[in-house]
Amino acid sequence: MTGTDSLLIARGRVVDPAAGVDQEMDVLLRDGRVAAVASPGKLRGQAGRTFNAKGCIVAPGFIDLHVHLREPGQAHKETIATGTVAAAAGGFTSVCAMPNTVPVNDSPEITRWMQSPERGALGNVFPIAAATVGCMGEKLTNFAALKRAGAVAVSDDGKPILDDRLMGKALRAAARWKIPVVQHAEDTRMTAGCSMNFGPTSFRLGVHGMPNAAEASVVERDISLARMTKGHLHIAHLSTREALDAVRRAKKGGLPVTAEVTPHHFTLVDANVGDFNTHYKMNPPLRSAADRDALIAGILDGTIDAIATDHAPHAFHEKQVEFEKAAFGITGLETALAIAITVLHQHFNLPLPRIVALLSSNPAKIFSLEGRGTLRQGACADVSIFDPRKEWTFDASQSYSKSKNTPFDGWSFSGKVVATIVGGKVVYEG
Amino acid sequence: MKPQLHALLGIEQLTNQQIEAMLALARRMDPSRPSQLLHGKRVALLFYESSTRTRTSFEFAAKTLGATTTLVTPVSSSIEKGESLIDTGWTVASLGADAIVMRHANSGAVYLLARYVQVPIVNAGDGMHQHPSQALLDALTITNHKKKLRGLRVVIVGDVYHSRVARSNAELLSRFDASVVFSGPPDLVPEVAATIAPGVTVCHDLNIALQGADVVMALRVQRERLAGKDISVEDYMASYQITPQRMKLAKPDAILMHPGPVIRGMELTSEVADGPQSCIHEQVRNGVKTRMAILAMLLGAARTE
Repeated sequence: MTGTDSLLIARGRVVDPAAGVDQEMDVLLRDGRVAAVASPGKLRGQAGRTFNAKGCIVAPGFIDLHVHLREPGQAHKETIATGTVAAAAGGFTSVCAMPNTVPVNDSPEITRWMQSPERGALGNVFPIAAATVGCMGEKLTNFAALKRAGAVAVSDDGKPILDDRLMGKALRAAARWKIPVVQHAEDTRMTAGCSMNFGPTSFRLGVHGMPNAAEASVVERDISLARMTKGHLHIAHLSTREALDAVRRAKKGGLPVTAEVTPHHFTLVDANVGDFNTHYKMNPPLRSAADRDALIAGILDGTIDAIATDHAPHAFHEKQVEFEKAAFGITGLETALAIAITVLHQHFNLPLPRIVALLSSNPAKIFSLEGRGTLRQGACADVSIFDPRKEWTFDASQSYSKSKNTPFDGWSFSGKVVATIVGGKVVYEG
Repeated sequence: MKPQLHALLGIEQLTNQQIEAMLALARRMDPSRPSQLLHGKRVALLFYESSTRTRTSFEFAAKTLGATTTLVTPVSSSIEKGESLIDTGWTVASLGADAIVMRHANSGAVYLLARYVQVPIVNAGDGMHQHPSQALLDALTITNHKKKLRGLRVVIVGDVYHSRVARSNAELLSRFDASVVFSGPPDLVPEVAATIAPGVTVCHDLNIALQGADVVMALRVQRERLAGKDISVEDYMASYQITPQRMKLAKPDAILMHPGPVIRGMELTSEVADGPQSCIHEQVRNGVKTRMAILAMLLGAARTE
C-alpha cells in the first residue's frame, strides 16, 4: 500500500544505537511513525516518496537537552519558531527548552503555552520547567502538575539551587514524580563579578575568573543528595575535570546521575578568548586545556551521557559591548553535529554510532522521551540524515537562528546534515 | 625604518623596536618648549573613570605639541543617557577627532573601541588590564637611572591582582630581560600572576623579595580591596609597607617608584615617598614627555632618524 504521507529513506546506513542496528537499510515512515525497517530494496514501492540516503547516515532524530528558545519574553533574541528552524538545520528534531524566560516558566500554563501549535515550532519542543518558583531558589514548583503539562525535567538553569535543604527536597520530589532535576552547577558565591575561567588568561586580561571549584563543589554536594534521595540528578554543561571525576565515581556507585557536555567545552579553551572576544564568553566558561582534554576522555569512556548545545542566542547589541558587560552564551544548534564529527570522530576516533547515541538515544533515555531516540518500528518518525564526510564552512551570517553569536563563524568542518525529518515530514534539506 | 603604530592598546601589541623608538623619542621631548608638531590635530580625551595624572599629562602633552583637546566624561554627556561605547566612539570620531585617548573601568574596553572606530586609539588604562603609557614612562624613568633594563631586579609590591600598572610593567620589563618579582599578600598577589610573562616570579615575603632589588615599585592599596580578605590593614602595613628600614634591604642605589595616587601611610611612609631614592615626581614629569612621544608617533608626526 502506498500513500502520499509516507516516505521511504532508501540506501542509507541506519545507525540506531538503542536497537543495536548499524547497517545499510531502508526506513519506511508512515503516519508519523516508523512503519518498517528492512534490508535495502525490500520496501520498494510502499511509499509515496523516496529519499535517497546513499552515502549518508540515517539516525534517530537528534535531541538537544539544553536550549534557550527565549520565548516567552525575549523574542528579539530567538523565538520558538526560529529556534526550531535552527534546530532542524542542525539535525535536531527535538529540543528541551530551559525555563529562564520572561516570565520564568514555572507554571503548567506557560509550559503548555510553549507547546501550543500557535508558537509555530518546526520540531518538537519539550519544556524544562523551573524547579523553584520564579527560579528564585526559595520554594519548589509543583513538579507533578508541570510534568502533566508536558515538562520533561525541572531546572533553575543559570541560577543554581544552592540551598542544601531545597536541593534535597527537589531531588526527593523528583524521585517521587520520576522527573530529572537539571543542575547548572555553579557556586555563585565564588563567581560574583566573574566573566570567564580563572587562570593565566583571566589574569593576563585583568578579568575576574571563575574557579573550577565553583562547579565541582556543587556537583559533589548534589551527588551526595542524589545518593540520599534516589532522585535523578542531571548535570548541565559539565565543564571541569573535578566535576567529571565526581560524576564518574557516582556512576561507578550506581547512582542516578547523568551529565551532558557542550560542543564548545570539548573544543575550545579559555585562551581562545584572545583579546576580549565576547563570542567566547559563556557560562560555564571555557576552561583550561586540561579540563577540555578531560571532557574528551569522559566522552570516550562513557562518563558523559549526552552532547547538549546550551544554545543561547543574544542580539548583536548584547554582545558588541565591553567584555565584562556582554551577555553570557553562544548559539550552538547548527554546529553541534559538525563539531562532534570533526573533533570527536575525526580527531579522537570516536565511532560515529557513539556520536549518534550522544545526540539521540542517550538524551531520549535521560529525559524519558517515549518513542524518541530510536528508529524501531512504531517509534516517532523523527530522523536525522547526515553525510559524515561532507566538508563545509559555517557562515554565521547565513545561519537560521535569529542571533549570530557564535565563535565558530568561518570554521570548516566535516559532517553535514542532509535532511531532518519530524513526524515523517522533511522539515530541512541541506 | 620608521616603526608604524596605529594604536596603543597594550604592551603586548608593541614590538621591542617600537618600545625603544618611543622611549628614544620621549627622551627628546621637552614639555617646557611648545611646538607645532601636531598643529591642527584634535585629540579627544574619553575618560569613563576619574584620573588626575594621566588625563592632565595627556592634555598637556597634546597642547604642548600644538594639538587641541576636548574632554568627554560620562557625566554631562550622552554616555549617561545610555549610549554604547561603540556609538560614543563613532560620534567622537565623526566629530573630527584625530585620536582618542580612553580611560575605562572595564578591562578590554579599548579593544572594543579599536575594533569599530577607525582613528588611532590610546589606552589610558582599561580596568585591571593594561596601562601602557604608564609602563613606558616607568621604563623611561628606570633607564634614566639604570641605563639599561636587562638584568635588573624590579620588585612590584602591593595589590598586583587589581593593577593594570603591574601587568603592563611586568610585560614590558620582561621583554627587555629584567626580572620582575611580585610581592604582597596571597589574596592580592595570586600564584597565577607569575604566568603573565617570562622572568616574572611571585614572592609573598617582601623582606626576601627586596634583597638585591634595583627598583622598588609600590602600588596603591585601597582599604576597601582588603575588606573580606585574609589580611587586615594592620597586617598589610606590618608585612608590606615600604619603610626606610625595608628600603635598606634593596641595593644602596635602588630607586623607589609609585604610579600614584599615593596613599601615604598605607603602601609606603612619607619618609620613603619624599626620600632621596624616590622617583615619584620624576615619573610624573616623564609622563608628559612619554605621552608627547606617544601622540606624535600615533598621529604620524614624529621624525625618527
